[in-house]
Amino acid sequence: MRHLALLALIAATPASAGVPEALDEVILPGFAGFAEAATALSVAASADCTPESLRAPWNAAFDAWTQIGDIRIGPSETGALGVAFWPDVRGFTPRTLGNLIKTEAEVGTDPAAYAEVSIAGRGLFALERMFYDADFSGYEADSYSCTLVQTMTAELAAQAGALDAGWEGFSKVLLSAGEEGNTLYLSEGEAMDVLYTQALSGLEFSDVARLGNPLGSFERPRPTRAEAWRSERSLRNVLLTADASVALAHAVGGMPLPVTDAALDRLHELAERVSDPSFQDIEDPSARLRVEIVQQQVNAIGEAIKGELGAALGLTAGFNSQDGD
Amino acid sequence: MTTRRAFIASLLAASASPAVGWASVGDPTYLAAARMPDGSYMLAGLREDGSAAFSVPLPARGHAAAAHPSRAEAVGFARRPGTYALVIDCRDGEVLHRLEAPDERQFNGHGTFSPDGRLLYTVEQRVADSEGFIGVWNTDGYRRVAEFASHGVGPHDIRVMPDHASLVIANGGIQTDKWDRAKLNTDTMRPSLVYVDLDGALLEKRDLPEFYQNSIRHLALRADGLVGFAMQWEGEAGYAPPLLALHRRGEELVLCEAPLEDELAMDGYAGSVAFCGDGSEIAISSPRGGRLHRFSDTGVFLGAVSRTDVCGLAPHAGGYMASDGLGGVLLVRGGAVKPLTIAQAAWDNHLIPIHA
Repeated sequence: MRHLALLALIAATPASAGVPEALDEVILPGFAGFAEAATALSVAASADCTPESLRAPWNAAFDAWTQIGDIRIGPSETGALGVAFWPDVRGFTPRTLGNLIKTEAEVGTDPAAYAEVSIAGRGLFALERMFYDADFSGYEADSYSCTLVQTMTAELAAQAGALDAGWEGFSKVLLSAGEEGNTLYLSEGEAMDVLYTQALSGLEFSDVARLGNPLGSFERPRPTRAEAWRSERSLRNVLLTADASVALAHAVGGMPLPVTDAALDRLHELAERVSDPSFQDIEDPSARLRVEIVQQQVNAIGEAIKGELGAALGLTAGFNSQDGD
Repeated sequence: MTTRRAFIASLLAASASPAVGWASVGDPTYLAAARMPDGSYMLAGLREDGSAAFSVPLPARGHAAAAHPSRAEAVGFARRPGTYALVIDCRDGEVLHRLEAPDERQFNGHGTFSPDGRLLYTVEQRVADSEGFIGVWNTDGYRRVAEFASHGVGPHDIRVMPDHASLVIANGGIQTDKWDRAKLNTDTMRPSLVYVDLDGALLEKRDLPEFYQNSIRHLALRADGLVGFAMQWEGEAGYAPPLLALHRRGEELVLCEAPLEDELAMDGYAGSVAFCGDGSEIAISSPRGGRLHRFSDTGVFLGAVSRTDVCGLAPHAGGYMASDGLGGVLLVRGGAVKPLTIAQAAWDNHLIPIHA
C-alpha cells in the first residue's frame, strides 16, 4: 500500500473545550492584573522612588506576574523575557545597570527609549537589584538612580500594558485554532495541546531552574543562583507559579483533578518546613534536603497533571522537543 | 531479523532488477520519518506541495535518513548509539541491506551519498572514546570499503562539498558513554568543523574557543560552498549563545546572533538547519522553543517564525519546507507560514532533500 491515509487536507478535529476557559479564567485576567500592578508600581515610583517605599508595590507586581509569567507563547514567547530576565547566567543585569548609572546615560531618563535597552537592564529582576542589592539600592531621592527607577517602572508598566493588549489579540488566534487562515495552530486540538504544555512547563522551570539552579550538586550547592533570593521570593515564586500551573490545568481540563489538587496542597505543606525562603542555607544538608523534597513535590504535581489531564484528553508534549538529535 | 536466505534473495533481487529511480515512487523531493498514532514508524517521501509521494513502514524509529541520488533507496540509521543502518526500498519498505557497524564503531548520526551515488559516507564514533570516523561503503551491495578519521570527537553530520572532491564534517565534540548516551565531557568538549579530501586527509579545521560547549551538529550547504552549521548548547541553561554559524573555506567563522530574548526563546537548541531555496538566507529550527530563526547569508538576524514543535527544515523553491511533531508540513516564505498538509503522524527531526 503506497498511499496510507496519512495526509489529510488541513481540517479541524474536535475538542477545543477548555481554551476559552483558560483564556477567560486564568490568562487574560492574569495579564490584566499584572498590568494593573505594574502601573501601580510606576505611579508609586513617580511619587517616591526610594527602595523603602517601592518594595511593597514591586512585590505585588511580582506576585501578579507569577500568575502568567511562565507562559511562553504568543506575545509572551519573547515578551515575557523583558519582564523577567532570569537566570542571568552571564551577569548581564548588574553590568547593564552599572554602566547606565556610571555614565548617567540619557536613555535611563526616558521610558520610551528605555524599551531599546537590553532585556537584562529591564523588568522585575533589574528592579530587584535597585531595591535589594546593596551595590545599587543606596541611592538618594534626587539621584540619577532615582530617575532610572522611575524610568524602569514606567517602562515595565508599558511592557505589561503591551502584553495585556497583545494577549487580547492573541486569544483570537488560540480561539480560531484549526480555522482557515490560522497559520499557527492548524487544528483545534493544537490550542489545547499548547496550553496544556504551558501548564507543565512552568512546573518544569521550577524544577530545573528555580530549585535546580540553587541546589546544584550535593558537593556544590549554589545558593546565590536562587531566583529572586535578594528579595527572599525564591520559595514564594515556586509556590505561586505552581498554583498558577494547576489553575491553568483546571481551566484547560474543565474537570476535577483530585490527584493534582492533593499534590499541590502537599507542596504547600512541605514548603512550610523550608527554613529559609531564599534558600541561602542549603549548604546545610538538612536544609538542602527540605528544598529537595519541595523539588520532588513540584515534579509530582507535573506527573499528576500528566496522569489526570494529559491522559484523559489525549494531550501530549512535543515529539521533537522531548527527544532531540 | 533478516534470515541468511532472505538476505541472499534480496541481494539477488537487487542485482537482477535494474535500478529503480525516484520516479517510480512518485517523484518526492524530501524524505521524512514519522511516528504514527499507533506507535509504529514510517518513512515518507514528500513533494514540494506537501503531499506524500509514498510512505512505507520502518522497522524502528530512525535517527536520520539519507537518500540515494538516483535509486529510490533510503538509508535509515538506528538511534544512537547505533549498531546498524538499514537500506530501504522506498517502493515497499523492504529492507534491501542491513549495514552493521564494525566492531568498536557506532553510527552516530547522519550519512550522505556521493553525488554519483556510488558511495555512502557514514558518520561514526569509536565505542571506547567517541573518537570520530567516517565509514565509506560501496552502494553496489553496500560493502564497507574504507574508513578514515573525522579529526574530532562525536561527529554527527557530513556533506559532500560542491567541488565533489572534499567533505565537510560536523564534529559534535561530545564523548558519550558506550551504552547509554550519557555525556561525559561537556566541561572540556571541543566541537569542530572539519574539511577532508575524499581519502580523509585533513584540509581545514575550525572551532569555537569562545563557545566550546556549543556542539556542532547539523550542516547546510549552498552550491557555492558556503557552509552553515547549527549548534546545541551543552553549557549552563540560560547562557543564550548563538546557535548558527557560517563558514567559507579559508575564511573565519561568522557567528549568527539574534537578540538576547530571541536566543533565550530558542532554549539553547537548534534541531535542523537549511538554506532557503534561492540560497539568499538560512534558518535554524528549535522544537524546544517552538520557533525558527532566519538569517541573511551574511549572518544578519531577519526574524523568528513560531510553530509548535517545529524541527524538520529543508530548502523549497518558495522558501523553506518545515515539518513538526504535530504532523504539519509548512511552507515558510519570508516571515510567513503557509500550512500545506497536516498528517495524523508526528514528523521526526529532519526533512532530507533527495536531490541535494
